Amino acid sequence: MSQSAGLYLVDEIMLVAIDEDINDSDIVDLQDRLAQRVHDTGARGIVIDVSALEIVDTFVGRIIAQLAGIGTLLDSPTYLVGMRPAVAMTLVELGMTLPTVRTARNLQHALERLRATQ
Amino acid sequence: MPVPHIHKILDTQRDSLLREWASTQAEEGLIRKDLFTEAEAKAQIETLYDPLAKGVAASVDQDFLDPDDDVWEDLRAALAEVTRERTKRGVSTGDMATFVLALKYPLFERLRASVTDTNGTVLMEAIAQFTRLIDSVALYCTEICIAERDKIIQRQHDEMMELATPVVELWDRIVAVPLVGTLDSMRAQEVMESTLSAIVEKKADIVIIDITGVMTVDTQVAQHLIRTAAAVRLMGAEAIISGISPRIAQTMVQLGVDTGEIRTRGSLRMALADAFRQLDTDVVIRSVRGN
Repeated sequence: MSQSAGLYLVDEIMLVAIDEDINDSDIVDLQDRLAQRVHDTGARGIVIDVSALEIVDTFVGRIIAQLAGIGTLLDSPTYLVGMRPAVAMTLVELGMTLPTVRTARNLQHALERLRATQ
Repeated sequence: MPVPHIHKILDTQRDSLLREWASTQAEEGLIRKDLFTEAEAKAQIETLYDPLAKGVAASVDQDFLDPDDDVWEDLRAALAEVTRERTKRGVSTGDMATFVLALKYPLFERLRASVTDTNGTVLMEAIAQFTRLIDSVALYCTEICIAERDKIIQRQHDEMMELATPVVELWDRIVAVPLVGTLDSMRAQEVMESTLSAIVEKKADIVIIDITGVMTVDTQVAQHLIRTAAAVRLMGAEAIISGISPRIAQTMVQLGVDTGEIRTRGSLRMALADAFRQLDTDVVIRSVRGN
């Protein structure tokens, strides 16, 4: 199993780092692992770092939205951080504005907001 | 063989032809003493005359003057130079063509005097040949004029594009994008690009998109604004659309534009106050001068 995405539990927050060369099967696999880990550890929040991601398509966009949905269901607020301008533009062009996903500029901001809501 | 006649006239009567070319231009009102000195005007027609005469001399063995021939390369270069100079100073496209065409009359006069065949076939042929050449030269001239103007339009367009999409850092973590004029798809794209890269460069948490200077807001413009705000949000910052005049507010409602979660404010001032509040920044006025 390739590790195109790292999961790290820090201070009860699940950090997800997505690699630049993540492919479709990796990201589906990530969805599995994330759901399992969040369920097992009872993480208080999830931060998905997409700063390495240079190219997105509707599939990746949809999975990202689903990751956030899973987090919300497991009572683990999910933040998307570090999106590049080109990626943001592409997602908007594709009509995927991810209205249900919370966003922050960087990891620190996401952590601050997660702490503030708890 | 009409070409040798033209060649002979151009070669031997250079000075008087140049003089008459200039005086024909004067009659047509093309001299433009306001734009060029007499010496400059004279230099310009000489610049054109010599490569023209050279081209005719090179075609002397041929039956007719082919405007597409390579022998006119020098003439084209000279023409480009003179046309550019004249257009730059404000000569119109039509005047530039007539400037060249003015050589016809003095030359025809001389052809009539020198070609004395009984039925006039050679004369007719010579006139037809020369007309064709000069017409193509005038046409080329017009093309250069238009190309020059297109270049100016393109440059102004580019400059307008750049000027029209500045991103201003108002405060720590607050940037403003003042939009002025019309917002078409291409400009909307530029606005989005510069806004998103400003978020990264200036570490901005709040982006105020000010549309005070936007003439009209239709569904398309509204759509562009909404998309920009959505992209700003995806990057983790927040967009505030400000400068919504009462009239624009009415139009947007009548058009059924749904701005959804996007914050909108009446003026840039209100948006800025809002941004300060959100970032926990207090601006204190220590002393009030004047008033």
